[in-house]
Amino acid sequence: MKIKSARNSLASDHNRTAYLFLTPWLIGFFCLTLGPMIASLYFSLTKYNLLNSPSWIGLGNYVKILSDDETFRNSLFLTFKYVFFSVPLKLVFALIVAMILNKGLRGLGIYRTVYYLPSLLGGSIAIAIVWRQIFAGDGVVNDFLGWFGIKGPSWISHPDYVIYTIIMLTIWQFGSAMVIFLAGLKQVPTELYEASSIDGAGKGRQFFNITLPLLTPVIFFNLVMGIINSFQAFTPAFVIGDGRGGPLDATMFYTLYLYLKGFSFFDMGYASALAWIMLLIIGFLTAIVFTTQKYWVFYSDDQGGK
Amino acid sequence: MVKAIANSNLLRHLFIIVLGILMLYPVLWLVSSSFKPNQLIFSEPGLWPKEWTFNNYVKGWAGFQGISFGQFFLNSAMISILCVLGNIITCSLAAFAFARLKFKLSKLWFAFMIVTIMLPYHVTLIPQYIIFSELNWLNTYYPLIVPKWLATDSFFILLMVQFIRGIPRELDESAIIDGCNLRSIYVRIMLPLLLPALITTAIFTFIWTWDDFFSQMIYISKIDLFTVQLGVRALFDPSGSSDWGALLAMSALSLIPISLIFMFFQKYFLEGIATTGFK
Repeated sequence: MKIKSARNSLASDHNRTAYLFLTPWLIGFFCLTLGPMIASLYFSLTKYNLLNSPSWIGLGNYVKILSDDETFRNSLFLTFKYVFFSVPLKLVFALIVAMILNKGLRGLGIYRTVYYLPSLLGGSIAIAIVWRQIFAGDGVVNDFLGWFGIKGPSWISHPDYVIYTIIMLTIWQFGSAMVIFLAGLKQVPTELYEASSIDGAGKGRQFFNITLPLLTPVIFFNLVMGIINSFQAFTPAFVIGDGRGGPLDATMFYTLYLYLKGFSFFDMGYASALAWIMLLIIGFLTAIVFTTQKYWVFYSDDQGGK
Repeated sequence: MVKAIANSNLLRHLFIIVLGILMLYPVLWLVSSSFKPNQLIFSEPGLWPKEWTFNNYVKGWAGFQGISFGQFFLNSAMISILCVLGNIITCSLAAFAFARLKFKLSKLWFAFMIVTIMLPYHVTLIPQYIIFSELNWLNTYYPLIVPKWLATDSFFILLMVQFIRGIPRELDESAIIDGCNLRSIYVRIMLPLLLPALITTAIFTFIWTWDDFFSQMIYISKIDLFTVQLGVRALFDPSGSSDWGALLAMSALSLIPISLIFMFFQKYFLEGIATTGFK
């Protein structure tokens, strides 16, 4: 009897303490996440400029975006291009450098620091401004090309090239992924390599049959987070372009377009619809990566999924 | 044979060093240019200034409209520190509940928490903006700080949940037998053991808040409330007529807090990233 009541009081103590501890999170979840999500879904079905109350227009915003909005199509295409180039290239680069560093080099710590630093600093306004200047018409890149007699254009003001300077800025920040790969490489049991080299496997086969499969969980995780994050990239496009998507909408990233619609033109309904379309696209891309994982992601028994 | 290995070793070192220089070059260029007189910044390609000047820093630090960069640094530091405290406290409370306590609907809340990690910020952006403007919080720091005190960075909750799951349960059980209640288990046992995860959370919250240009731009427009990022952005004129010396000097200064944190907490960075897959 005594034990049972003690157990009951322990259970209710758990319940009370848990909800006490979760109070900030619950308030945040309802007031800053779930509530706003529902509100933005509602706004997306209205015309709303902050001054007048929202007026219901049904799917009007969505119809306009999908059928009659050149800028939307451009910005979506541009953002896809950015994600499609920057995410895999960053990972490939990170993996190559990690493989090289993993060969037991003297001064590994210093190199790791040097390579990691850009991924810390790269999100700042300062670096975006430097980047802009390096790729400008009179920038360092063109100085360098000048030694070989090549006269480069102003990469940042040329609509065909500016996207690649932003992609390069992202790849430049491969350090954090590299550190993750280095940690993964350390965990590959050396017996596997020994056994396979006795069986006559060369370096290439070892890489494709041992190293790569064991790293696939890490690659998978980085791929998912990379897609989600780079779809939302804003600062580099905002600073390296002119802040309004130029030159010729070549830096009109999706989030920049959304920002301009919402906070320059105060078309909050339209911007909300853009946000929901973005959510659906990101969700769809993530779902694709998740469904393909059974074909290429290798979980060893003791590791488990993340 | 040996020669080939030595050669490839040499090549490898060469590759790593050249790449290292390329990686650091933008930062080195920034620092070196910030010490050059304006007319030399774009005409002198070398990294070592022929002519040194500190004038850029003096001019830049003076800021604009009577507000110096010192004020911007104070503002950014205050915001970042309050955000760090908010995240450490509220995320660890939530994480303790999720990882250790049995309560009604726990699975449901946990699932919601996981989903919010992947949720793009923009879906809630506009209603949040409307809420904050209804509360008269535009041009205050509340929109930047309050969300952190409501544990909206679920990422860190998950990080701490994972960490707490690695702490042996016998510790709390024996504390219960010794008469500890759940609250004192959180304070006396969990928090000290969570320290590495708390430091990782603090570091990344600080850096992300310091660099969070987007939210700062949306919510802050009064110059005396400007953060460092907004100050640097205001010095920069995309049409090309910026005072480059002052701009680069303040850009260089804006990177110092993050670089210092990195230097002091390097171990936590590299371990934190390796175990959690952080940026």
